[in-house]
Amino acid sequence: MKILLVFAALVAAAGSEQLFMGDQVLRITARDEEQIALLRVLGEQAELQVDFWRDPTSPGHPSDLRVPFPSLQAVKIFLESHSISYSIMIEDVQELLDEEKKNMTKSRRTERSTSTFDFASYHTIEEIYDWMDVLVDDHPNLISKIQIGQSYENRPLYVLKFSTGGSNRPAIWLDTGIHSREWITQATGVWTANKIAEEYGQDPSVTAILDSMDIFFEIITNPDGFVFTHSSNRLWRKTRSINAGSDCIGVDPNRNWDAGFGGSGSSSDPCSETYRGPYAHSESEVKAIVDFIHSHGNVKSVISIHSYSQMLLFPYGYKRAPAAHHQELNELAKKAVGDLAAMYGTKYTYGSVADTIYLADGTTIDWTYDNGVKYSFTFELRDTGRYGFLLPSTQIIPTATETWPALLDIMVHVLENPY
Amino acid sequence: AAMEVPLSHGLASRAAALATAYLCYRRGSPGRGLALRSLRRARRQDISDVGHKYYLELELEDVLDKDSTVNCTAEVLYHLGNKNIAPDVQFTLEGELKNTDEADNIFYNRIKSLEKELVAENIPDSHGNVPPEMEPIHLLAWVASGYVIWQNSTENTKFQLAQIKHVKQVKRSDEYLEFDYMILLHDMVSQEIIPWQMTVLWHPQHGVQVTQDSRQPKHESG
Repeated sequence: MKILLVFAALVAAAGSEQLFMGDQVLRITARDEEQIALLRVLGEQAELQVDFWRDPTSPGHPSDLRVPFPSLQAVKIFLESHSISYSIMIEDVQELLDEEKKNMTKSRRTERSTSTFDFASYHTIEEIYDWMDVLVDDHPNLISKIQIGQSYENRPLYVLKFSTGGSNRPAIWLDTGIHSREWITQATGVWTANKIAEEYGQDPSVTAILDSMDIFFEIITNPDGFVFTHSSNRLWRKTRSINAGSDCIGVDPNRNWDAGFGGSGSSSDPCSETYRGPYAHSESEVKAIVDFIHSHGNVKSVISIHSYSQMLLFPYGYKRAPAAHHQELNELAKKAVGDLAAMYGTKYTYGSVADTIYLADGTTIDWTYDNGVKYSFTFELRDTGRYGFLLPSTQIIPTATETWPALLDIMVHVLENPY
Repeated sequence: AAMEVPLSHGLASRAAALATAYLCYRRGSPGRGLALRSLRRARRQDISDVGHKYYLELELEDVLDKDSTVNCTAEVLYHLGNKNIAPDVQFTLEGELKNTDEADNIFYNRIKSLEKELVAENIPDSHGNVPPEMEPIHLLAWVASGYVIWQNSTENTKFQLAQIKHVKQVKRSDEYLEFDYMILLHDMVSQEIIPWQMTVLWHPQHGVQVTQDSRQPKHESG
């Protein structure tokens, strides 16, 4: 990311001098060309000494502006008087530089290895992306990292591919974090990816699965939202795409799929948490998966992981009529939740989305199911509302541990029931 | 006649959540929060011109002591038409709840003896942590939010307390403790996060009261 490069330059320049004390970096989003022009004028005021880390190019796309401490008040007054919306991305540049320097020194000393990654903590996107590279390095004959597209804010959409060879083998798709506030899912994703890597060659079921099938695992399915939950709003759910004609940001990526799109199980209001988007697959995060599954052509199962509620769900959400394979999916769900409960007693309910929670249209698994992926499931992980989205990190490993046998039940069933 | 509702059904779980919230409000304290362990049975009756009535058998647990559970039967009546009437909830507890007098009194005295008014925010924090000394403040919000949830529930909502954004103690000259909370409610059905202000009064012998509450506009950050 460009910001890291600029940081590196700043660190090199600053050494241990306190050159940036109190400076802030503002993230500014200009609404129209007039505001863009105003920002350019601002940048040209020599006495303010501001500098753009990301230039204002077009309306709706954020630009980043470093403002020296003495100019802060004047700049903010300027922005506010012209109704230019901004947020404080970095509160004190010097503080961040000092912290960065401390961490960089620390991590140079620590040996990079998956065995030192703390699975019992919640991590940032940088930490998870770094860990993914280490996982791939540690298992070069099993795991590779592919990029299936880019998010709205141009972050890479990475997928871990688990494969022991072959050519376009039947595949299982797993995703976590499509709703960014559901932090237990990305954390479970990291643990589970590591578990799959550990168990290949050890556990007979995992070995059998990977000897004839591939697994594709997208752990951070909504990176822009995830970053936003760390920087600004822990309870952000949607993508971070700008909606034309609205101050409200984001589309619900689990209402944006082309399956029953646009019904009463989603909203047409951009300010709603279940806003479906201007059209199906408008979100690059969704389109990337659609394109991947279409071009792969041999995906046999999709398991999309959410929280919370403790449920295991299958199609349909967009209609009450049972899916053609309702009975088989129901039986498999029953077995899976039974094995989940056997671990620590955690009770899950199961059934179709429409029966068990509510009508929801444009969802991931309805689209995959209607596009030939028979074994399409959604998990809703812990808990049932005591902590909800803010699940204590002490529950990460127990949650991942109990979910594992349920995932395995589904994957084994897929392996043993080719179609 | 009341018809059985499958336990996994969305409508049954909404009624159960509402009953639990109401129960928690009526029986909870800073030393005791009640949560739904499991829904054992659900039946529903459509009463023409009145509304929908749910008959529920619940198992509740003490959030501070998961092994402590109690069975409960509850009736929830959602009124037809007028959205401004809170649902009617009645319940019967089978057995005793743990006595929390000691914990309640310790908390009461601790707050009463504070020199500066208590102020706190983000409970739990992003990582789900609640500092031990804040747990009674957290539970008090849990109990009081039961009132707000009860008053604002319909068959198309399922509210949970998501987080305390901010809490400030308000010093009083009488024996009551008063706290001004800004909480976030999560509605599972619409997936919305709804900020809600509530003024909460509590005394160990007089229970929890919500003297004032108001829904806040959604904070659109970005």
